[in-house]
Amino acid sequence: MSAPAPVLEARGLRRQLGGEIPTTLVDGVDLVVQRGEFLAVTGPSGSGKSSLLYLLGLLDLPSAGEVLIDGAATSRLDEDARAALRLKRIGFVFQFHFLLPEFTALDNVMLPMRALGVLPEKAMRGRATELLSQLGLAAHVGKRPDQLSGGQRQRVAIARALANDPLLILADEPTGNLDTASSDQVLATLRKLVDETGKSVVVVTHDPALAARCDRRVHIVDGRIAEDRRNARANGEG
Amino acid sequence: MSLVFSIALTHLRSRLRQTLVGVLGVATGVGFSIMMASLMEGSQEDFVRQLVDSLPHISISDDRREPTRQPADMVYDAVQIHGLASRAFRPGIKNPYAIMASLESWLPGAVAPSVQGKAVLRFASRDRAASVVGVDPRREASVSKLPGQVRQGSLDNLYKASNAIILGDGLAKKLGARVGNTVSVTGGAGRVLLCTVVALFHSGVASIDESQSYTLIKTAQILAGQTGLINEIRVKAQDVMAAREVASRIEAETGYKSVSWQEAHEDLLSSFVIRNIIMYTVVGAILLVASFGTFNIISTITHEKTRDIGIMKSLGFREATVRRIFVIEALGIGLIGCAVGWAFGYLLTMAMGSIEIKSPFMDTNHLPVIYAPGHYLLAGLVALASSLAAGYMPARKAARLQPVDIIRGAS
Repeated sequence: MSAPAPVLEARGLRRQLGGEIPTTLVDGVDLVVQRGEFLAVTGPSGSGKSSLLYLLGLLDLPSAGEVLIDGAATSRLDEDARAALRLKRIGFVFQFHFLLPEFTALDNVMLPMRALGVLPEKAMRGRATELLSQLGLAAHVGKRPDQLSGGQRQRVAIARALANDPLLILADEPTGNLDTASSDQVLATLRKLVDETGKSVVVVTHDPALAARCDRRVHIVDGRIAEDRRNARANGEG
Repeated sequence: MSLVFSIALTHLRSRLRQTLVGVLGVATGVGFSIMMASLMEGSQEDFVRQLVDSLPHISISDDRREPTRQPADMVYDAVQIHGLASRAFRPGIKNPYAIMASLESWLPGAVAPSVQGKAVLRFASRDRAASVVGVDPRREASVSKLPGQVRQGSLDNLYKASNAIILGDGLAKKLGARVGNTVSVTGGAGRVLLCTVVALFHSGVASIDESQSYTLIKTAQILAGQTGLINEIRVKAQDVMAAREVASRIEAETGYKSVSWQEAHEDLLSSFVIRNIIMYTVVGAILLVASFGTFNIISTITHEKTRDIGIMKSLGFREATVRRIFVIEALGIGLIGCAVGWAFGYLLTMAMGSIEIKSPFMDTNHLPVIYAPGHYLLAGLVALASSLAAGYMPARKAARLQPVDIIRGAS
């Protein structure tokens, strides 16, 4: 029996911006993310971490190379097919929570489920409530983003990312705007997600503490992978 | 409720002030355009109605389009003979009752004979030139509104006195005559009759009320000095607007000049074409200005939602879904604005219709307006179309944005 395909694979990924002086954001990245892996992407500002994440999450098109999600190539997919793949397989958490401001926490979490349209309304509501409860937000389901703290908003964003039970969570500086306590909460939530549900999480971060708590750390410099190593905790040393 | 509707509704509800401004923009355009159209077309229709009512729909007179040729002209084409006395033709329509019977057999409407003549009316040393129209009271009701216009008596009073006459109230006032007075009427042939005023009439058109009178046909024939004279057959067509075609057929069949009300008022009616062009230009301009307002508001809403569009697209919303949200928002504003605009237009029209005016020429004492579903439909369609365009174009542009561009810009 063959081994299951990696959740995410990048082959020779390159992203170049046109113009008089072309800028290379991502330069020939090869990367494999296995199921249940918690990966941190680190690097200095402008090194291409976020650009790599957007390419991996099919939010941006590569200039060259290929992204495979669950073993399936994506470069030939049209915009709608890539959107459908994002909806089913990928959950995003951004530095700014990016919740829809007019909607309650519950509605925001239900949004991807409603877009997918698989579950009936009652089941969607039940699942969204459960996700928010698991993230300690049971008392806040009816609140709008402006009535929540930064950490609570980010946890709502995580719940939304989990709404359609994706294989992969991509997080871009999820603790970048949070205080230490909130950062710890968010980090613990992501860690628990990997440990308990076996989902794969890729986090772009500047935060060494966060990177240290991941299974694996990929360091990017000038759009290239400068270092790819397993953390001590993942090696059973921590 | 579907996702698209739910998001659109939430956007509209949460930005209530903007939504209200959008709705009011559409409503104002719709309302004012309805009011303008009602007013313009109402005054036109009122004017046409007055014209139609003041004259028979079709008047068949004893004239011909071309003067009857003299006997010498019929015999000699190229020779001119001097010194011949012109032949006098006996005025009046030949065999009028036979013609009427023939018309009644096919014409959708009613016909009535009349005698048109000129006379000088004298009362208490005051002289007034007036038209004397000899009518058959029993038939007249079917071709004109005269019976309803008679005051202080009725049209049948013409039978109640020998040489009875009904005067226009303006004419009676100028003569100083009242019902029961006897006026001296001198006809075209110089015959003088003493006629008893048996009633007055009021048509509402000052020029008619001050210069017209009615008698029995027989009386008018005596005044004209010709027994059996019928010089006009009056026709009321069932379809007023078809009068021109009916008149042409009558003329072709009888040979007598047959003038429809449209032909009689050709100059006025052609001025309506210019008036309508002005009206629809003004109405169109109002709707266009309102459309720009709608476009502006919807574009602003869409622009302000660019970040949300990026979020939705990053979550996996398809372009078409995002586009539909903003188009539905625009249509929502358009539909509510349209409904409010209809009510606003109706109330404005009612308000305009209640304004009192006093016209020296007409009897109208309020601004004439009409309530035509077509005006509401047209204004509604234009408002919805412009809302749709206002929503679609920015939504299309926004939906095409790459989520990564929006997210990069927003973070």
